[in-house]
Amino acid sequence: MSDALLSAKDLSVARGGVQLLSGVSFELRPGDALVLRGPNGVGKTTLLRTLAGLQPPVAGTVTVCERGLAYGGHADAVKSALTVTENLDFWAAVHGRSDGVPAALAAFDLTHLGDRRAATLSAGQRRRLGLARMALTGRPVWLLDEPTVSLDRGSVALFATALGAHLAAGGAAILATHIDLGLPDAACLDLAPSDAPTGSGDAFDEAFL
Amino acid sequence: MSLWEYANPKKFMETTGWLLPWLTALTALTLGGGLVWGFFLTPDADRFGSTVKILYVHVPSAFIAINAWVMMLVTSLIWLVRRHHVSVLAARAAAPVGMVMTLIALFTGAVWGEPMWGTWWAWDPRLTAFLILFLFYLGYLALWAAIENPDTAADLTSVLCLVGSVFAFLSRYAVYFWAQGLHQGASLSVDRAQHVADVYAYPLWLTMAGFVFLFLTLVFVRTRTEIRARRLSALVARERKAA
Amino acid sequence: MSALLLRDLRLAVRAGGGFGLSLAFFLILAVLVPFGVGPDRERLALIAPGILWVGALLAALLSLDRLFQLDWEDGSLEALATAPLPMEGAVAMKAAAHWLTTGLPLVALSPVLGVLLNLAPAGYVWLPLSLLAGTPALSMIGAFGAALTVGVKRGGLLLSLLVLPLYVPTLIFGAEAARRGAEGLPALPILLMVAAISLAACAALPFAAAAAIRVSLR
Repeated sequence: MSDALLSAKDLSVARGGVQLLSGVSFELRPGDALVLRGPNGVGKTTLLRTLAGLQPPVAGTVTVCERGLAYGGHADAVKSALTVTENLDFWAAVHGRSDGVPAALAAFDLTHLGDRRAATLSAGQRRRLGLARMALTGRPVWLLDEPTVSLDRGSVALFATALGAHLAAGGAAILATHIDLGLPDAACLDLAPSDAPTGSGDAFDEAFL
Repeated sequence: MSLWEYANPKKFMETTGWLLPWLTALTALTLGGGLVWGFFLTPDADRFGSTVKILYVHVPSAFIAINAWVMMLVTSLIWLVRRHHVSVLAARAAAPVGMVMTLIALFTGAVWGEPMWGTWWAWDPRLTAFLILFLFYLGYLALWAAIENPDTAADLTSVLCLVGSVFAFLSRYAVYFWAQGLHQGASLSVDRAQHVADVYAYPLWLTMAGFVFLFLTLVFVRTRTEIRARRLSALVARERKAA
Repeated sequence: MSALLLRDLRLAVRAGGGFGLSLAFFLILAVLVPFGVGPDRERLALIAPGILWVGALLAALLSLDRLFQLDWEDGSLEALATAPLPMEGAVAMKAAAHWLTTGLPLVALSPVLGVLLNLAPAGYVWLPLSLLAGTPALSMIGAFGAALTVGVKRGGLLLSLLVLPLYVPTLIFGAEAARRGAEGLPALPILLMVAAISLAACAALPFAAAAAIRVSLR
């Protein structure tokens, strides 16, 4: 599976010592989109954070291709005191993509807001800025946690277009979302709470019982 | 039979379970015996009267105060490297004991020094170094208390213990340098113990042993409590999930 | 990495609080001390180096709890953790930004406050020098403390409790260098000691701080 952008094998994730999901396995190839579905609290955010490498899995492995992934969590990583362009310029410099800013602004219809301070943006505009940051990273795998929160229909359509372009260009995405983004080819992963048979916590807590 | 076997919580509980009554008895014997001997059965010193006998509490408590931190450093390192929970719980258990020992050392040091200096506190380098050690203990315990997730707390406090140890060591030399200008040589010398006549030295060794056993007893008891607390929270989490 | 430094500098200037606040605190402290100990010029001259050092230390402490807190809250820290920038470098850059926006201004203000406290003439050279050598240590040690408490809500007080004992060696040597310099005694060896502490802290603590942040992000 050398062309898989991201693969998860038998992944188990936990939050606060409580195991949430187990046995999650999938593979993401260029152009694939995976939608995570499940009730609130089932572990979508935890799974995304584990895939992003922010927290270690309880069991199983995550393999990411060399070019890496971009993680977009609930918070937008937007600095209120900076302008829209300054925000993006910073992330462009960090990821070495300083010439990608105009394109990212255009893709999310933010060009006319370029010199506005982020503090004055509406919630939807901030969200678009956060998504523009992700587009700017130039990384093939996008991990998105509820990306369309606070977006109106027009913005959702913008996001879906940008996402479609990313997939068409050979990228992949995993999204936790309830919204239908018009991606008929997207695979669905329905997450159910882990029925870990022996003990609820990790192996360590086992030793304490 | 390797020492690492005791990293298993169950084995630790079993072993300390039968060990503790003996350890407690040993503590009572050595500590009680040493203190009684030291305070009541030794002659009064010519120059210092009976206050010098406070050294039977001061010296051992100071010894434990420092060594408790060293033990915390070692067990924190073991946690960071080998992830043995018993180790880091032992560090957490030892901290309050070490802190109280530091307080005792400070208090008895002041009581001992008062007849000599005419004041309850002087910025003597040794006492000052212990005061700083007390602050390090305080910080360590405060960090444990502030963090909810126990594994995160274990990691952060271990890192603090490591970095703190370097600074504590550095502080000791800094304080000695700093105090030079104030008190030329008028420091409470623990080396005095070496010059102390045999009649005083033997009860001192006994109380030292007593304090060491006391430390071990307290740390074992507290570690057992920490293990039980973790067990309890694991059970509660399991209950909550099943519900 | 320089992008992070520039961004933080820009944020510090625009935030309109942190930058001037530390300086104002330093000033207020220097004004309060004579009210506390009396205006006798000789006594003030005696304690001036030490008071100014303690003041600089406390002023540096003021802006530390926001060092990582803001990035933690708005998700920037998570984004940085998944960026190609090593966390150690990010920590070092943030500490550098703190030094440039807090430490350096304190160094610059110290001679002025020395006037208020009747600092001896030679002190006007040695006090700023000692602060220059020591404030990097204050920023870096403070960054380590901030990294430890990043996940703690309202952790400012805890941060102070953790960081102040760690500041003791820097304070002792720094104030001593300032004091000896003010009295005309040879102070260079002590100054070098302060610089050594700063260098060692800046070399080693980014690793400890980065580890702490990664742990908190888990």
